[in-house]
Amino acid sequence: MTVMPVVKSELSTKVSVRNLDFFYGDQRALKDVTIGLHTNKVTAFIGPSGCGKSTLLRVLNRMYDLYPKQRAEGEVILDGENILDPRVDVNLLRSRVGMVFQKPTPFPMSIYENIAFGVRLYEKLSKSALDARVEEALRGAALWEEVKDILHKSGLGLSGGQQQRLCIARSVAVQPEVILFDEPCSALDPISTAKVEELIDELSQRYTIAIVTHNMQQAVRVSDFTAFMYLGEITEFGETDAVFTAPREKRTQDYITGRFG
Amino acid sequence: MSDHIVKAYDRDLETLGRRIAEMGGIAEKMLAEAMDALAAFDVALAQRVVLTDPRLDALQREIEESAILTIAKRQPLAVDLRECIAAIRISGDLERVGDLAKNIAKRTVKIVGEARVPRAIIGLKSMHDVAALQLKDALDAYAQRDVERARAVWSNDVELDALEDSVFRDLLTFMMEDPRNISFCTHLLFCSKNLERIGDHTTNISETVVYLVTGESMPTERPKMRVPGLDMEQPVDPPH
Repeated sequence: MTVMPVVKSELSTKVSVRNLDFFYGDQRALKDVTIGLHTNKVTAFIGPSGCGKSTLLRVLNRMYDLYPKQRAEGEVILDGENILDPRVDVNLLRSRVGMVFQKPTPFPMSIYENIAFGVRLYEKLSKSALDARVEEALRGAALWEEVKDILHKSGLGLSGGQQQRLCIARSVAVQPEVILFDEPCSALDPISTAKVEELIDELSQRYTIAIVTHNMQQAVRVSDFTAFMYLGEITEFGETDAVFTAPREKRTQDYITGRFG
Repeated sequence: MSDHIVKAYDRDLETLGRRIAEMGGIAEKMLAEAMDALAAFDVALAQRVVLTDPRLDALQREIEESAILTIAKRQPLAVDLRECIAAIRISGDLERVGDLAKNIAKRTVKIVGEARVPRAIIGLKSMHDVAALQLKDALDAYAQRDVERARAVWSNDVELDALEDSVFRDLLTFMMEDPRNISFCTHLLFCSKNLERIGDHTTNISETVVYLVTGESMPTERPKMRVPGLDMEQPVDPPH
């Protein structure tokens, strides 16, 4: 078995989470989480339900801001800037850190508008530039060939897998730096899942990616690094190859091998 | 190790382990009987050894198939994945051990009519003592997931290599003493090579045990303690 040497110095950190605590009211959902997302790498978060992995993802683009009783303490540094700082423009942040959810969430509008809508919020583009951006995003999400002739039909008419890729196109269209995937394939059939996984692989050339998944095999396939979370803490973090063949922690091993009681 | 949520998964892996143990038992018995047959020039016993081999082959195939099926069905990870890979590897090594023991038995049948220098077999018996003990230790290390014991087997293989060198020298002497010994001693030479190869497969098994338990591979180079000039694996100088 050959082990590819990883030259650590070549990895830069895009997002650095430091001593992060998160609260839903009084309940502490994340405990002193410290982790770095490497630039243009895919980091998978795994762990049993309720371990805090989706919560962590929601902190990374301050999705939790929408809910009054939720708060985060600590630091999340994106390119040197603490995004938890109240002065940060949350809308701008979310254009830099895009998110794709478990269930496809297309807007009830045309395929074209689903993508153009978000772009218009951040940029003033000419009609032709906007057209080009929509096409680029749809190509980037491997959906263009399937929808190029029906761009003005409703996004809701697409299949589940196509809707999910439309959502990925939507987040890609605003030219983010980081994309967060929260169980993006849990509602998809195997073919659509394979397409989304292929897409994640391609997207990782340009974007820093974090993905939450309950599918261990998917985590092995798509990620470069894996973090195992349990009860609000990261209990193991390392290169995916190592975590899934010889994890250091017994708890990780019990979980990924289906021994968790 | 705690149990899987899916009970049948535990049963799959237990079955693999049990079959490896069964193969180990058969391989050990074949080796011991092959050597007994050689020492006593017992043709009937030698033939029984030859007839045991198909059972070992069949078991190996079964283990391989069920390990592959387990991989397909359950997509094992971490220690479970290593368990399946280890079963495939170890069953392959044990199958080879059986083949080599069978080969010793076949040679016994051939040389029985011309048993010329029975004392030439003494060295082979010492080789067998070491090889059998090593094999037993490797199988115990597998059964008990005992890394220390596996590592010990791995380092002890030098002893067998050294013994092989000395057997080689003895047999050479017998052949030089009397050319009529050559055919007999050549068969014994192959037997000693077989025992040395059994040692190598035993070493492989112990490496696999270390991998199974720790997830780490042993270094590719094992300690060597060969007598220079007598190493049969070294290329012979071409004639000038």
